[in-house]
Amino acid sequence: MTVTEDAATLTPQSPEKEVGKARRRKEDARLITGRTTWTDNMVLPGMLHMSVVRSHVAHGKITNVDVSAALEAPGVVAVLTGRDLADEQGSIPCAWPVTADMVNPGHPSIAVEEVNHVGEAVAVIIARSRDAAADAIELVDVDYDLLPPVLDMEQAVGGEADLCHDHIDSNTAYHFVFDAGEAGTGADTEQAFADADVVVSRRFVNQRLIPAFMEPRSVVVQPQGENFTMWSATQIPHVLRVMLAMVTGIPEHKLRVVAPDVGGGFGGKLQVNPEEVLALLIARRLGKPVKWTETRSESLMTAHHGRDQIQYIDIASDREGNVKGLRCRILADMGAYLRLITPGVPALGAFMFPGIYKFPAYRFECDGIFTNKVPTDAYRGAGRPEATFAVERIMDELAVELGMDPLELRRRNWIRAEEFPFTTVAGLEYDSGDYDAATQQALDLIGYDELREEQRRRRESGDPVQLGIGFSTFTEMCGLAPSRVLGSLSYGAGGWEAASIRMLPTGKVEVVTGSTPHGQGHETAWSQLVADQLGVPFEDVEVLHGDTAVSPRGMDTYGSRSLVVGGTAVVKAADKVIAKARKVAAHLLEANEDDLDFSGGKFTVRGTPGTALSIQEIALAVFAAHDYPEDVEPSIDADATFDPVNFSFPHGTHICAMEVDTDTGFVKIRKYACVDDVGTIVNPLIVEGQVHGGLAQGIAQALYEEAVYDADGNLTTGTFVDYLVPSAADLPHFDTGNTVHVAPGNPIGAKGVGEAGCIASTPAVVNAALDAVRHLGVQDIRMPLTPERVWRAVHQGGDGGDRAAAPTNAQAVDSAGAPGTSSQGGDL
Amino acid sequence: MIPAAFEYVRPTTVDEAVQAVAEGGEDVKVMAGGQSLIPVMRLRLAAPSTVVDLGRVAEMRGVRDEGDVLVIGAMTTHAEVIADPLVAQHARLIAEATETVADRQTRRRGTFGGALAHADPAGDLPAVALALDAEMVVAGPGGRRTVPARDFFVDYLTTTLDEGEVLVEIRVPKLAGQWGVRYEKFNRVAQAWSIVAVAAAVRRENGSIAEARIGLTNMGPTPLRASATEAALAGAGASPDAIAAAARSAAEGTSPSSDLNAQADYREHLAQVLTRRAVTAAAGL
Ligand SMILES: Cc1cc2nc3c(=O)[nH]c(=O)nc-3n(C[C@H](O)[C@H](O)[C@H](O)COP(=O)(O)OP(=O)(O)OC[C@H]3O[C@@H](n4cnc5c(N)ncnc54)[C@H](O)[C@@H]3O)c2cc1C
Repeated sequence: MTVTEDAATLTPQSPEKEVGKARRRKEDARLITGRTTWTDNMVLPGMLHMSVVRSHVAHGKITNVDVSAALEAPGVVAVLTGRDLADEQGSIPCAWPVTADMVNPGHPSIAVEEVNHVGEAVAVIIARSRDAAADAIELVDVDYDLLPPVLDMEQAVGGEADLCHDHIDSNTAYHFVFDAGEAGTGADTEQAFADADVVVSRRFVNQRLIPAFMEPRSVVVQPQGENFTMWSATQIPHVLRVMLAMVTGIPEHKLRVVAPDVGGGFGGKLQVNPEEVLALLIARRLGKPVKWTETRSESLMTAHHGRDQIQYIDIASDREGNVKGLRCRILADMGAYLRLITPGVPALGAFMFPGIYKFPAYRFECDGIFTNKVPTDAYRGAGRPEATFAVERIMDELAVELGMDPLELRRRNWIRAEEFPFTTVAGLEYDSGDYDAATQQALDLIGYDELREEQRRRRESGDPVQLGIGFSTFTEMCGLAPSRVLGSLSYGAGGWEAASIRMLPTGKVEVVTGSTPHGQGHETAWSQLVADQLGVPFEDVEVLHGDTAVSPRGMDTYGSRSLVVGGTAVVKAADKVIAKARKVAAHLLEANEDDLDFSGGKFTVRGTPGTALSIQEIALAVFAAHDYPEDVEPSIDADATFDPVNFSFPHGTHICAMEVDTDTGFVKIRKYACVDDVGTIVNPLIVEGQVHGGLAQGIAQALYEEAVYDADGNLTTGTFVDYLVPSAADLPHFDTGNTVHVAPGNPIGAKGVGEAGCIASTPAVVNAALDAVRHLGVQDIRMPLTPERVWRAVHQGGDGGDRAAAPTNAQAVDSAGAPGTSSQGGDL
Repeated sequence: MIPAAFEYVRPTTVDEAVQAVAEGGEDVKVMAGGQSLIPVMRLRLAAPSTVVDLGRVAEMRGVRDEGDVLVIGAMTTHAEVIADPLVAQHARLIAEATETVADRQTRRRGTFGGALAHADPAGDLPAVALALDAEMVVAGPGGRRTVPARDFFVDYLTTTLDEGEVLVEIRVPKLAGQWGVRYEKFNRVAQAWSIVAVAAAVRRENGSIAEARIGLTNMGPTPLRASATEAALAGAGASPDAIAAAARSAAEGTSPSSDLNAQADYREHLAQVLTRRAVTAAAGL
């Protein structure tokens, strides 16, 4: 090749690809330093502050609310009760009636006659300052006629149970069934169990968790004539706008919702919050801007919780370990009310209990149960962690029953690489992957053989510290979601995503995405996609989001959907920009469209070296609009909406090595390795970050976190002293790896990664702990694996049982009325 | 999470502080590092009308050597205690225990005296002070008095400090002879409070244990000494078996609570295991 030829061929060549680069996130500096618009930073002229008086009782009829003292307090402008707002508050919407006969008791934003959980709003105070609003809370007197709280799901469905809502005749919201035999996707389940050599049955508890996002919820509402702008720390400005319009009757086009930078959500901000409705109603009533920002204790007590299922799982197999059937009966705690997708979370999981295994028969039944606790709803993984936990735990139990190696059992039953795409017994079409390859790589990463050898040594020597190894070979369903599938599941909306691209005169690019980030790094990843697609510098791309006036169409961020669905919409919009630019380029280069090549951001004419026009130059040309083709508009901007035809199915193998100190019950992760297949990786740094964060949350479910209520329905774990969120100091080094099987369902080839670590890790950790102490007779230990539970399971049998519900005295919190003198001792 | 309104006074000497407390009315609180006081005020579990901030009382801060005794100012922060060379040399047990307290940020504000005056049964330093036979120097309207640690802790969050009194400094006798020390803390995550902890100081002489002092954290409403174990160890051989046997009586005379982290019987079990481990390490085995 000569030098001249080289130069000629190089000209149209694209620069180094952005996709695949470990770019640092362009949004991080402002997010980390806080020099940005968090909702609580908003200050508007004349703004009033709202605080919420909350119920101290879990269940009771409100007999009187005395607000007179609060009204007299300095700075207080108004105090409103449920009665004052009863006619206009409507009901918090539930968008997912999973069955036709689902019972929805209605969900007032502020209690009118009855309270159904501790922390429910009973009055709101509007004051000139946040302090004045907070000071007046204790001046409101509320009287209740107490009713017995319903707190235990198994009791709630028994005969003679007290009722959570006395206007409906049971504590069951719905009974949802998926039966593969009836659906035609599998064999008859009862028959499969009747014919099986071996049946193993277990009861697993997926405890209640708290999303515990970093930025507390916050909302500001500004009325402007008949129009309203709401800023909210929400994951879902678009959904929120539609829902608020429906709840309050404010016409949708008179309502603008803005999610400025949002500090985390994990599903916890995928909600239409009572406080958002209240702030809007009050701003409308008073004609003044209103702000509400929750305290951390309010957040833990009243923002929706997650998980909380009791799972009765039966697995059938032959003696050789070929699985024959899976039967799951689930009690899912709804809490006191149905929020946005409360009932849908277990239904989302319904299709994932078979995991990666080729079950010929499958039946799933779930009862949604009301209790006098805060409602549950989406929490990282939403339905899929519950399913993955159940199947990965029961596979281990079956392996023990059969005396088989747990990995060997899995291998025997999992879908083989050559079988993709594979339609499962639940009717899902898994897209791509290779479970064996991921497993092999994970085994190498963790140094499996040495660990097994050490385990043997420790067992033989009777070491008080035992070692166990646990697996989770998981897949999950994400990239929510094909709209038609959501329709078939009775979900109230679609799963498409929208994007538009605006080419500015100077050649800079504005990308508008409907998928609103709350810390995931959309601005960076979308910039990488667009830089490659349009051939413009990464720095030239600005990503706009989160404001219904700027980004009018969107379905927001959850279910690991943003890149797979929202990113695809961006790519499709970019394709349209190129197509429009091509016409202009052909005109300006006086060439036939078909003779143009587009690469590296430039149009060139095939066979005519040296002629080139960049897409950024074309942006200026159509802005001037002095010279463009007759039959087109002078703009190369474009919109796209993408509706996926299938979910994406990331998968992976997670292996945990766990030390269990049998003297104290303390468990410590010795090593953790995982190999995830998330398809094409747009930004390895972001992927690694998502995996690490997901692992931390999944491990936290296994070892640390649990929302505990006492017998009266008070949240005992009401502060971070008792609701234990681990820090980096408590987690091991993670050895992570990837296999890449491109997702066929989107042009990027990506599968979601937002939830994978969280979904996969929990059962790997529990399986590892059990593997360490099985030989001591332990069959199960309830999550989280507190040292006490582990110690009891090892030394006294059982699964460690319930935890005592008294708060620890080891807390700055209710200890430190901080007396210090005997005369004042205990004067709290 | 906004405290109720309060008056704020910031004295610069002990005398001024005592006076400010006397003038502060009934609901006066002194504030040291504020790491326990501020959270309860924010949660409105406490609403003092006046807060007397000791942060500017220079004479209450720092460590000095008084021959057989080390004197630690009540306002010396946890971080200062950890870094102090005198503490490292003469009262290493305090440094070791303080390193396990909370997190870096809290240790830069929280104080040695505040932690003792607060007397949280799960706090790490009261049991250490008790094990080391420390003495509390207290100033009040009527002058100063000195209270031995064993009399200082009265009940859950309660000390002998009278209304109007301020803890000024803590006198810690230096350990003379061949002492080894160990603080064994048991908790679930790194920055959490102790579920149970054991502070041990062991003096060895000619291959056996001459003297052992063992303080227990969170085994009752106040810090306790594991007296039965101490007695069993006095003169015992410095062997794993002897220590294990003595540690079995570590929970004698304790009355631990049952809560989210642990029920009483499990705490009793932990006290034995942790005592064995602490004494073994302190004895250099
Ligand atoms: C997140 C967190 C984790 C923690 N973890 C631990 C832990 O693991 N272990 C542990 O031991 N502690 C822990 N603490 C508590 C910490 O050690 C505190 O610093 C300590 O308990 C109180 O010290 P302070 O200086 O902050 O006192 P303050 O909070 O200012 O005061 C506490 C009480 O003591 C009184 N008081 C303070 N000083 C005096 C004085 N000189 N005279 C008379 N009365 C006085 C005050 O009036 C108040 O009643 C933790 C605290 C936090 C916030």
